[in-house]
Amino acid sequence: MKGLVLDNLRRDQLTDAISKGRRLDGRGMSEYRKLEIRPGIIPKAEGSARVKLGDTEVMAGVKIEHGKPFPDTPDQGVLIINAEVLPLASEYAEPGPPDEDAIELARVVDRGIRESKMVDVNKLVIVPGKEVYLMYVDISVISTGGNLFDASSYAVVAALMNTKFKILKQEENGSVIPTGETSELPIVDLPVSITAVKIKKGIILDPDVEEESINDGRLTVAYDQEGNLCAIQKGQASGLKVEEIMEMVKMGKEKVPEIREMIRGALEKNG
Amino acid sequence: MMNLIDEGGKRLDGRSFDQLRPFSMQAGLLKSASGSAYIEQGGNKILVGVYGPRDSRSRYGTNQDKAVLRCRYHMLPFSTEERKSPQPSRREIEISKVIRDALEPALLLEEFPRSVIDIYIEVLQSDGGSRGASITAASIALADAGIPMKDLVSAVAVGKVNGHLVLDLSDTEDKEGEVDLPIAVMLNSGLITLMQMDGKLSEDEFRQAIDLAMAGAKELREAQRKALVQKYFKEVDS
Repeated sequence: MKGLVLDNLRRDQLTDAISKGRRLDGRGMSEYRKLEIRPGIIPKAEGSARVKLGDTEVMAGVKIEHGKPFPDTPDQGVLIINAEVLPLASEYAEPGPPDEDAIELARVVDRGIRESKMVDVNKLVIVPGKEVYLMYVDISVISTGGNLFDASSYAVVAALMNTKFKILKQEENGSVIPTGETSELPIVDLPVSITAVKIKKGIILDPDVEEESINDGRLTVAYDQEGNLCAIQKGQASGLKVEEIMEMVKMGKEKVPEIREMIRGALEKNG
Repeated sequence: MMNLIDEGGKRLDGRSFDQLRPFSMQAGLLKSASGSAYIEQGGNKILVGVYGPRDSRSRYGTNQDKAVLRCRYHMLPFSTEERKSPQPSRREIEISKVIRDALEPALLLEEFPRSVIDIYIEVLQSDGGSRGASITAASIALADAGIPMKDLVSAVAVGKVNGHLVLDLSDTEDKEGEVDLPIAVMLNSGLITLMQMDGKLSEDEFRQAIDLAMAGAKELREAQRKALVQKYFKEVDS
């Protein structure tokens, strides 16, 4: 697209607006696009949620299985997060195994959830050292409209909070069978991911696809309920000054309560 | 929680909180590569070869305006406690990407349109902080290849173990500790080009951790410079 007159004009307009503390769609620097969270949209999955964040749309589904724990964590359930950008999500997306962007997306969302200790994995054990619950969380990106990191994280958080699964037990003969009871996951935190980008000298939260395309550095931070930072990923081939990073962290921290309330609210309404 | 700090305030390997592990760096040891470097840092042994700028073999993935930077971070199957499958893991794919993003801001890629620069990072033996050591070494290798650079990139991890912020995590500190926070920086401009974090820090701790990393990066930067001086200015010295 580079070199096209209109694209360049648009870019100038965008950076000019941001340098004056405004955004082209009228949002404030810290303002998120319209966020819609709908939990429980796939009844066959143990947990699910669809998130719309402006033009970005993401689904997450949770399937709970059982199996062997990892050797280094014999007394903990297993959390596995994958992401796929569906080929219908944008004109650039293609079918095939996840590329490096999808892998990064899954791993960044995973770290935010894992490091916040959102799910108490110590409670997801059937027989210590032998049989534990395996939580498979799959992220499917339906539309790429910018800020996939946050939208995907909210979808996963909502899907996990919405999960109901069959309680299992092991028989004398070793087979694992349902007890007939169901349970929610042991949720002990509600992490919130906030993504900031720098454009020239301005810092904004929740970039849309256009803002993302001209950003000079991105930082995704997950915050736990106590306000600690629990996972960070800087993105983009560019540098950020320490003061810029601290400004991004501060803006993010101020935003967290609002987003957390929206996730909670959506679950109370639909769950 | 495992005890990682003794009563005298020393870490398991006897280091103080703000002390790097022993390290050594060498520039230009591969014959056929355009540039290369070798680093040891703690138990890490990492070899980096840079090829290019050279013509792209495929039209796909070239850029009319600048060189395309490609990077592969790869661990040899025998580099770890348990054998690592030679197939690239998700971790290696992500690390390759963030290392590339950490190095690119230092390079003047516009000088070489329609070409590619390949960075091959081979972890011969891995220890904590291998991505940082890889960046530090790759930066020497890029300079050795004669690619115009704004600055060297120096990288090191900071962490939290038993409640204390410490510099340059060992494998055990990384696995048993509370936080791992790798940072890469171009010290001339103070621009941070890589930052990742696992584990919980308050905002204040986070700010202190960055300062600790900066001090460590300074020390590594001096060694990077020396490695290059040693290769290119040996005769002048003797």
